[in-house]
Formats: sequence, structure tokens, C-alpha cells
Amino acid sequence: MDVEIEEDVTAQSENSVGVVSTQSVKLFQPPNPLRFASGQELGPITVTYETYGTLNADASNAVFVCHALTGDAHAAGLHSSDDRKAGWWDGFIGPGKGIDTSKYFVICANVLGGCQGTTGPGSINAATGKRHCLNFPFLTIRDVVAVHAELVRHLGIRQLLGVIGGSLGGMQVLEWAVQFPDQVKAAIVLASAAKLSAQGIAFNAVGRRAIYADPGFLNGEYYDTEGPRYGLALARMVAHITYLSEDSIELKFGRRLQDSDRFAFSMQKETEFQIESYLHYQGKRFVQRFDANSYLYLTRMMDYYDLSEGYTSLADALSRAQARFLVASYDTDWLFPTSQSRELVSELLKVRKHVSFVELPCPYGHDSFLIDLEPLSRMVGPFLDRTYEA
Amino acid sequence: MATPSRYQMPDLSVQLTDELIMQHIDRNSRVIDLGCGDGRLMQRLNSELGCTVMGVEVEHGNIVSVIERGLPAIEADLNEGLVDVPSDSFDYAVLSQTLQQVRHPKKLLLEMLRVARRALIVVPNFGHWRVRLEVLRRGRTPVTQALPYEWYETPNVHFMSMRDFRDLMDGIGLRIVKESSIIRGRAVDRLLGANLRADSAFYLLERDPGWISQQSAETAARPS
Repeated sequence: MDVEIEEDVTAQSENSVGVVSTQSVKLFQPPNPLRFASGQELGPITVTYETYGTLNADASNAVFVCHALTGDAHAAGLHSSDDRKAGWWDGFIGPGKGIDTSKYFVICANVLGGCQGTTGPGSINAATGKRHCLNFPFLTIRDVVAVHAELVRHLGIRQLLGVIGGSLGGMQVLEWAVQFPDQVKAAIVLASAAKLSAQGIAFNAVGRRAIYADPGFLNGEYYDTEGPRYGLALARMVAHITYLSEDSIELKFGRRLQDSDRFAFSMQKETEFQIESYLHYQGKRFVQRFDANSYLYLTRMMDYYDLSEGYTSLADALSRAQARFLVASYDTDWLFPTSQSRELVSELLKVRKHVSFVELPCPYGHDSFLIDLEPLSRMVGPFLDRTYEA
Repeated sequence: MATPSRYQMPDLSVQLTDELIMQHIDRNSRVIDLGCGDGRLMQRLNSELGCTVMGVEVEHGNIVSVIERGLPAIEADLNEGLVDVPSDSFDYAVLSQTLQQVRHPKKLLLEMLRVARRALIVVPNFGHWRVRLEVLRRGRTPVTQALPYEWYETPNVHFMSMRDFRDLMDGIGLRIVKESSIIRGRAVDRLLGANLRADSAFYLLERDPGWISQQSAETAARPS
């Protein structure tokens, strides 16, 4: 869910895909607008995406990477040779890595409703010449996947070798496998679930409240002003805690103080502990790169998500899938706990799907899928290889 | 570690147990292999008998090995039952040389026959005369060749004989469809004084009319 992973981790870019650039395409051109699950229509829709590796002659080696809540299309490589920060999954995507770009053609696109290039509430509505703001159609994961599927078609790919994602990305993988069963051969679901838990909704609610309650929110029409920056930063601080674990916070910060070894005994000092300072920093940085309206839409989308919606049961929904599944959870993830992955696996077994499951040990909580890439690569590599050969 | 003179129960070769298990599995059936290791048997069942297979393993490294074979495996601790596996989702459940190592063998047996129609089990026979002699003469508990651990560190936490096993089957509504004795690396269907002479035993089990209802089996399977 969080792309703000440790910089010392991202900085390693051995076997990198090198310098890449984000591309952009307009889909759902008139007279064929996207029909949202809500019934509303919108078009054209701009989609930004990146690709790595080479598509083979029969277009059978494509792997689609679904990013999490606040991620973007820049999953691997650098945007320029002096770029200091590599893509958010650079340690996992590249030649010889978990998703091996010497064999596979990898696509990652920014989600619909996002704010990193793909059409979202901050984009200009062609019909009115104004930004959508909160008039943007209500968004579901089904709509996000519908746009990605259209992108894949546009790229000349009829069937994906694999779809992979963590957290909200994992939800997209599930949706994809069920909505487009003949287009997905391997579905890899990391630190995710078939629906968001009530606890997850609770944390999202706090984040949204912080944005709504910010006087700068202006009912979402804040683009010519500073916007709800305090609310958005607070939303991020709360959410960020849910991506960590007790262990990782203890390990990284403990009760250590930021710039002193003794208490200040002052109510003026708001960031006395290192963990406080860290959360403030995360909040501040997030405001620079993320749009509050997108945050509202995307968290709401996540709350609404329930794969079984429209089916008699989760098993009924999953029975449509034709992919083989790999499901992984992390033992310290309390936002998407292992029990939710196990439930998913159990339902997959009910409808007799090919499924492998592991709970990986890692101290980094929900963010583990972005950080602990070695054990992940050991499974995902052969899983894709065998599916490709099958 | 065991002194050289101490009797060690012979361990079965994987070839022998694999063959024995494969002989009793129908083509194209659905098989769940509990404690599947690196997936060796699963691969044979899949490629030679066309079976749809799934492994259950506790070791990550083994799950990776199974994935490398292109087969599926899920992580689970057999001590906690098979809670993730739906009832009646397999034709056969296989458990080779592991039953004596789980905390609640009875619960696991019931679980196996909840998820599968039939169960195939290989267990060491601690009723073997050499084991008895060892206990009688030297007052020592049995050890096996591959697991020559002392009592305080052995993974073998239950010492059952063939007679014990039969008694349990009667008590929990499971029927022994087939019993083979394994003696000096060979499986024999009829062995005089099997409980004294067999090193290990192979069982093919199925539910009896007296089978405890699925509900209670599931209850029994919950980790206590």
C-alpha cells in the first residue's frame, strides 16, 4: 500500500531495467466511453504506464503489475541517469529478478482515479473544461481493472502470463482473474484479501475525516489553493502506522528521541520522539505528491471492495477464474492479516483451483511485500516460469 | 545420540513408500499430500497417474521446491489440523511416516477423512519385537535410523503398534480397507505375527458407517 519504502532499500539498483520513461495513451475515445460499475460514463480516459522488457512475437510473455493505494506506474528503473530514486518495485522487477525482464514483458499503469497521470478527480473534464473534483464518477476496483484490461488490449496482448500485486494491487489481481478469466494465466496476490476488513475501513475513515475536516478542503474544489494539506498529511500519518508493525517501529525507532537524549518537558515541541518526527515527515512528503480527492476516491474504492459482490459467494466468484494462484501473506501484517489470505485460499480450494500459499516471516508489517523481496522472488520467479512453460 | 549397539528401527526407502502409495491410488484422482516435502511423490502422481495433486507443508523451502515443479502447495502446520482445506475436496489424503510426529494423531486422521474419501498412511510399528526387547532388556525407548534422537528431542512423540492402530480405527469409525506389513524393505499383505515382526505398516483407510459426523470431526480438529 505504501510506496515510501526505505530509501536505502530502493537505492540498490543492480540489474536495473535502466532508464525508462512513462508513457501515456488515451483510451475509451468517443463514442465508446468507459461505463463505470456505478452506471456513470466517462471518456476519453488517459492512462499512464511504463513497460520493461520485450513483448515476444506471440505476445505471450506479458506480466501486469498492479500498484497499491498510493503507488504509480513507475515500478522499476530510473527516469534519468542521475535519478536518485528507482521505481517502487525496482528490487523485484529487472533482468534476473523475481519478475525477470529478460524473459517477460512487464506493464505497470497508474490506476483510474489516481493522480500520477491517469485520469482522476484532479483531471480536467473535457465536457466542462473544469476539473472533475468530487463530480468524478464513483470508483470501484472493477472500473480500475476494466481500464487496465483495455490498456493491455491496446498493447496487442490477448492474454497475460501473469497479474501480480500487493495490498490494493492484490485486490485488482483477484478482480482481474474473476472478471477476465481467459486473460490471466497466473494470479499472484500478496498481502491482500478478497475484501477490506472492518478495521481497514476504520483507518480509512479516520483518514478521510481528516481531509473533510480540513478548512482547506473546500468541498474538493481546492486546486487553486493550498488544499487540505494538513488533513491529507494526517491521513497519511495514520495510514502509515497501519503499514508498519510493532516490531518494525520498535526496531527502527524504539523510544529514541529525535535531537536530544533527554526530554524537553515542553508542550511546544511536537516531534520529540523519532517516530513522531518520522510520521510528520511522511505526512509532509505525501502532500507534495498526492491529491486529496484521489485519496478519498481510492480509499472509498478499497472500502467497497468485496470480490463476492454480485455472486452467491466468494467461492462462486472464484469459480470463474482460470488462472493458477499464488497467495502470500506476512506474519507481522495486521492490516491484511494472514487469516484473510487463508480464507481466500480455502475458498479457492473449495472450487478446486490450483493454489499455492505461504505466510512469509518478515518484521516489516504490511509493507513487507515492498521490502523483503528475496523470499518473494524465490517463489514468484519459478511460479511464472512454470506457468509460461505450461 | 544413540550408542552404536542400540537397536534403531529401520527407515523405509522413499521408493518403497512411494510405490506402495501409488499402487493404491486411482488414475486421474485428486490427491492431497500431507507433509509433501519437496513434492517428489506429488510429481509422480501427477505425471504417471494423471492425478490432480496438492501439497501441505510447513517448510517454506519445500513449498518453493513444489512450486518449482509447477505444482501447488499450501503452508500449514499439521498440528493445527487442515482448517483451510474444505471437506470432501480430495479423493485421497496421503500421510507418510509422519503420524507418530503430530501432536494429536487421532484429530489428524479424522481431518484427513474429512477432506478426502480415503487416506493412505505409513507408520512405524513400535510393537516390533526388537523394540520390545530393547525396552525389556535395557529399559530404553525406541529410536529410528533416520531419527536417532533421544526421548527428549525426538520428533516421534507417539509410539504406536499395529494393534494400537487397529483399535483406534474401530473407535473412531474408520475402516481399514487394506493393511500391509513392511518387513526388511518389502511390503507384504499377509504376515504372521505382523505386530511382532513388521518394521512399519501401510494402511488404506476409509470412512465407516460409524464415522463420527463431519461436524464433530471438525470440532475435534480444532487446535486445543
